[in-house]
Amino acid sequence: MAFDRTAHKYLRKNFKMPTIWCSGCGIGIILGSIFKALEDLNMTGDNTVFVGGIGCSSRIPFYVDFDALHTTHGRPIAFATGVKFAKPDLNVVVVAGDGDTAAIGGNHFIHACRRNIDITLIVINNKIYGMTGGQYSPTTKSGEKTTTSPYGHIERSFDISKLAAAAGATYVARSSVYHVTHLDKIIKEAFAHKGMSVVEIMSPCWTTHGRRNRFKTPVEMYKWLKDNMIPLNAWEKLPEDKRAGKIPYGVFVNKKDIPEYCEAYYEHIIKPNLNKKRRDFSEDIEAMKIKLEIKAKEGWHV
Amino acid sequence: MSEFKRVGIIQGNEACAVAAIDAGVRFFAGYPITPSTEIAEMLAAELPKVGGRFIQMEDELGSMAALVGASFAGLKPMTATSGPGFSLMQENLGFAAMVEAPCVVVNVQRGGPSTGLPTKASQGDVMQAKWGSHGNYPIIALAPHTVREVYDATVMAVNFAEEYRTPVVLLLDEVIGHMRERVVLPMPEEIKVVNRKKPSEPPEFYKPYKHTEDYIPPMAIFGEGYRFLTTGLFHDEMGFPTSDDNEITKLVKRLHKKIYAHEEKIWRYEEFMTEDAEYLLIAYGSAARAAKEAVLLTRKEGKKVGLLRILTVWPFPAKIVRELANGKKAVLVCELNYGELVGEVERATKGLNVPVFFKGRWDGELLHPFEIRDFIKGV
Repeated sequence: MAFDRTAHKYLRKNFKMPTIWCSGCGIGIILGSIFKALEDLNMTGDNTVFVGGIGCSSRIPFYVDFDALHTTHGRPIAFATGVKFAKPDLNVVVVAGDGDTAAIGGNHFIHACRRNIDITLIVINNKIYGMTGGQYSPTTKSGEKTTTSPYGHIERSFDISKLAAAAGATYVARSSVYHVTHLDKIIKEAFAHKGMSVVEIMSPCWTTHGRRNRFKTPVEMYKWLKDNMIPLNAWEKLPEDKRAGKIPYGVFVNKKDIPEYCEAYYEHIIKPNLNKKRRDFSEDIEAMKIKLEIKAKEGWHV
Repeated sequence: MSEFKRVGIIQGNEACAVAAIDAGVRFFAGYPITPSTEIAEMLAAELPKVGGRFIQMEDELGSMAALVGASFAGLKPMTATSGPGFSLMQENLGFAAMVEAPCVVVNVQRGGPSTGLPTKASQGDVMQAKWGSHGNYPIIALAPHTVREVYDATVMAVNFAEEYRTPVVLLLDEVIGHMRERVVLPMPEEIKVVNRKKPSEPPEFYKPYKHTEDYIPPMAIFGEGYRFLTTGLFHDEMGFPTSDDNEITKLVKRLHKKIYAHEEKIWRYEEFMTEDAEYLLIAYGSAARAAKEAVLLTRKEGKKVGLLRILTVWPFPAKIVRELANGKKAVLVCELNYGELVGEVERATKGLNVPVFFKGRWDGELLHPFEIRDFIKGV
């Protein structure tokens, strides 16, 4: 595929370039994979909507030539729920970071997974708050140094994929910006999936994270991903004591038998009730008169 | 042939839900909270009958966010809440004001601060309705005083939201929301419904935040091919983020002018026995009911009192207040709070040499007409 040409086709016209992303950042790679998947699935028409929150990753909606909503911190999934539920024929893609998804927006995240609403959530996990200059996030590993954990981080980190799976998302997968062919594949699968799909993408932030944690260049961080991310089937065979520090990638959940929220709402709530008489306190005047006559006959004072 | 009439002894909250559907609301996202929950309950049952959608979100932050999403997806959205929920909604209420998303937020006020008095009335959120979210933005807020007026105000709120591309706050209170009154409602076909202005130009020439003559940019909907960007950051006419001081000045001015240039069309108020009045009472919402009674009581005793009952609390009808206050012996403001709109009245009457007095209650109980009568006596 002559990809260079297609990428330009899907970038927003006249939008200020270059992007805000630093050199070494993985978000551009992810954007490329998103475009490839949209094109392969014929989703590049007017029906695709991008929703982002706040953060570096959430800037993606600015650069794509689609309808786009750049929202408040943590809330993109809730905004997207409104968009999707109000107009279910739209393809809704949420792009969010680890802070957006697992910290300030954690509640919206788990509940969207539980509802199984047909949204694709692309979580770009760089384990740091990049845009604000490198504060620890819910996915920062214990011991790591950030501007708000200058003596080393003492909290444990969230596993976003596990969280999504536990909360009930029907498609959950993890990949990284190093494993690009795998990334292409799972983004495509997630877009094609009906229901809540979550793709967690490990993407390094050298500027605010790596260089404070003994990575001399961004390239070293990509090498780290290569060395420490293990395909899911290999991970499952790995003995417990060798798993430490390694991250499995692959498809964790892919369920097809759970009803999608908007479809279930239409099927069970709208369809059986559509055009039924409203409870709007309206009364048929003739019927009311007959009722009153009967009551009068029965000796009621009416 | 059968003829239908809508007559009943109904709650304010029920009147609100009926009016919402009549006015074209087809999306509700909310979170249960006393004393507003009846609105959500009724719309959960009623919206599907007209093809509308109801969702109970995980919290009020998400509810308000879903409203804006639904608004851009083309539906008329509404939510209902009370004090604590209203506080949580402020974040995305500000977002709605910034991105000019038509939506209606019903706040059935209860006592506060904090969780306060869940089952008792208050008018303590009047200032929050105006200043609740950070930054510079105007708002429209309406405070009806009877169940019948809740119906009208709800229709008005939905229409204002659509016409002016703005969030509108409907300020009910626990008493108005839960009180039952006999009402005769108009049939849906009898009411005027306003729909948002749509762009007439093709997508390649569309500017989502165009500085139009009436300050209201036409609104495209997601999925129609306009492929526009919407952001809560300061943006230019294209919707692209900007930190250019000229663009920011223009946008803030337009957001304000959008409301203030049309304020005389938005102001709704009632003058009650003000023609010959020497004293002017000012009240709104449930407090206005007692104030009306107090006017009659006081007149029996020979003191000429009139009432200005305000329905549109924001934008505040300062001009009307000033005109009516001019030449009066005193202006008396009655509210169920520690003094909120009275400040606006003081500002509006500045330099008139008319003293402004305040009678408030913030204990969850209503003002009694006798209390107001005695208060007037003391002036």
